[in-house]
Amino acid sequence: VPDTTEIKIDPVKNTLIRDGVPSILNPFDGYALEAAARIKDEDPSTRIIVLTMGPPQAEKVLRECLSIAADAAYLVSGRTFGGSDTLATSRVLAAAIARLAEKEELAVVFCGKQTIDGDTAQVGPGIATHLGLQQLTLVDRIESFDAQGRRIRVRRRLEDRQEIVEAPLPVLITVVRELNRPRYPTVPARLAAAKAKLEIWDNQVLCLDTAQVGFKGSPTAVRRIFSPEQKPGEILGDGLRDPEAAVDLLMRRLRERELLQSPFDGSGGQS
Amino acid sequence: MTKNRGVARLLPGKCIGCGERCLQSCPANAIVMDAAGAPVIAQEKCVGCARCVQACPAQALEMEGGAGAVPVKTAAESVCSGDFSAWHDVWVVVEQFEGVAARVSWELLGVGRELADKRHAGLGAVIIGHRVEHLAAEAARYGAQIVYLLDAPVYAHYRTASHCAAVCHLVEKHRPEIVLLGATGQGRDLAGAVATRLATGLTADCTGLDIDERGFLLQTRPAFGGNIMATILCERFRPQMATVRPKVMPLPEPLERPSARVVRDDFAPDEALVAVKVLEVLRAQGEGDGVDIAAADVIVAGGRGLRSGENFALLRELADVLGGVVAASRCAVDAGWIGHDRQVGQTGKNVRPKLYVACGISGAIQHKVGMASSEVIVAINSDPEAPIFQIATYGIVGDLFRIVPLLTQNIRALRGGASS
Repeated sequence: VPDTTEIKIDPVKNTLIRDGVPSILNPFDGYALEAAARIKDEDPSTRIIVLTMGPPQAEKVLRECLSIAADAAYLVSGRTFGGSDTLATSRVLAAAIARLAEKEELAVVFCGKQTIDGDTAQVGPGIATHLGLQQLTLVDRIESFDAQGRRIRVRRRLEDRQEIVEAPLPVLITVVRELNRPRYPTVPARLAAAKAKLEIWDNQVLCLDTAQVGFKGSPTAVRRIFSPEQKPGEILGDGLRDPEAAVDLLMRRLRERELLQSPFDGSGGQS
Repeated sequence: MTKNRGVARLLPGKCIGCGERCLQSCPANAIVMDAAGAPVIAQEKCVGCARCVQACPAQALEMEGGAGAVPVKTAAESVCSGDFSAWHDVWVVVEQFEGVAARVSWELLGVGRELADKRHAGLGAVIIGHRVEHLAAEAARYGAQIVYLLDAPVYAHYRTASHCAAVCHLVEKHRPEIVLLGATGQGRDLAGAVATRLATGLTADCTGLDIDERGFLLQTRPAFGGNIMATILCERFRPQMATVRPKVMPLPEPLERPSARVVRDDFAPDEALVAVKVLEVLRAQGEGDGVDIAAADVIVAGGRGLRSGENFALLRELADVLGGVVAASRCAVDAGWIGHDRQVGQTGKNVRPKLYVACGISGAIQHKVGMASSEVIVAINSDPEAPIFQIATYGIVGDLFRIVPLLTQNIRALRGGASS
């Protein structure tokens, strides 16, 4: 019987592109999985469960996780969940985690900081808030993990400082790239993962109110999509054949815009 | 049902694979998605309701035949007629650390002022901390009319639980229509928790904020990794919440005669109920060299075209004569040529200098979103098709190994001439 369970989430939550996204492990989720794997290295009774929400193709990502370190994998998938924004996505994933936590004791939910395409960093805090977990975002080092004492101490990385913080388990952690260097799967592990059985959960399993998930359950909606406006610039001369002339032109433009005042005589004006 | 409105049709090449919005909207199960994520419409099943046409964010569907599409109210539109009259004002949640406010908070008061004016509403600043009264006057200088001040020992360190509870308390009490936060580490942490607790919409990393004709907040942000922009609305819930990254909005001019009403609120969670404890705070140092590229007026940045870390010396010389700093694209950082603290772009820093010189940077969208608001952009690249030229103020198509030293030499000569 496992005494601790690590759950790692990979919210493949591209509400905008679904089929167009390559099924690759988001790098931040790679760091999250590695962090869970290191806890398991210390305490082999740890179970790592990976969970993601996405289209059926996301199965590939889960198999990759299984080949690296995970013990079990769940794919939350289904038409009902399509079009979910970050709030609706976090509702679905929180429900799935709550269901897992009925069976196994939950210690840490690791999330990648953000997905490379969605890039919102909101699903992690959303899940934590739904589940009433403490959230520790932007973690760049696990200082200590005490499964028996049910405490974790981590270092958080903010723009201008780092913080050492401590919290009781269970917690939700989002990670940054500085946390670790993910390991690679072995060939036998890859082969085993390819054959492993994945559990797929749709709304028949989770039984969520359909008004709370998917497109309908999302407070935000895309109203319009457009190409960024581009103001055409000026190409100066022919830099390949005559670099001198091109640089002369650039010098003239920069002087016109008063960008070439010396940083040392800016105060003196016309002296 | 008669098909007097015709049947839906996909316009070739316009589907963006948005994630089955049309399929979700179809009451007749007439839509299936193909392998590319585009809809295939079973014409015999289509009832001509035009819901999919309304749902499509890319205008990729139209009604064909019949008497033309009759607009149908979507679910969102029918609910949004809900009464939001109790919700008013625009708020900025001010981020502070040890009594010093994050500059992005004041930048948000600038855009907040514009939004509030369009809504004929007030502009509020929320200040949460311990011994932070002095920030109320500073918020007023940047345009706040009402300052909600929560000052208590429990707020000495930012913790999600205490700050989230505080913001939710204020929102429920005063009902702001719009709540803005800086998209910093702390701001994202807080915004995600608050929006979930309030069960409202949150749009991250907005690059544009405006008000539409119905008075709703238009939140524009890069989508699909930034290749296109999406305007997002939160029509059915209040408050409308958005985060904006630092340096996206200009810092407003401080007011000469600021005046703000300070509303003190003694709401404070019991310290015993805040489970997370901050044990130690380490100031950023050691790593990198303490240069903040986001604060520089002149940036000379290099990318893949530099070919090696040693070649950054060329950029350093140019940066020195310009009084600027050296930065880099993700490519150069990933190659180990320069530290991550110098990276500009989506996974690095946003910058807004007076002059940005991009050398050997192709201009991937992830890079462009981090520097496109620079005042003057000079691009030097050997590939005339490089996307960086689309946003450059001035471009030179050429070999950076010739152009950059020439430019350095020219500026140095100019300086030499000026000082003699």
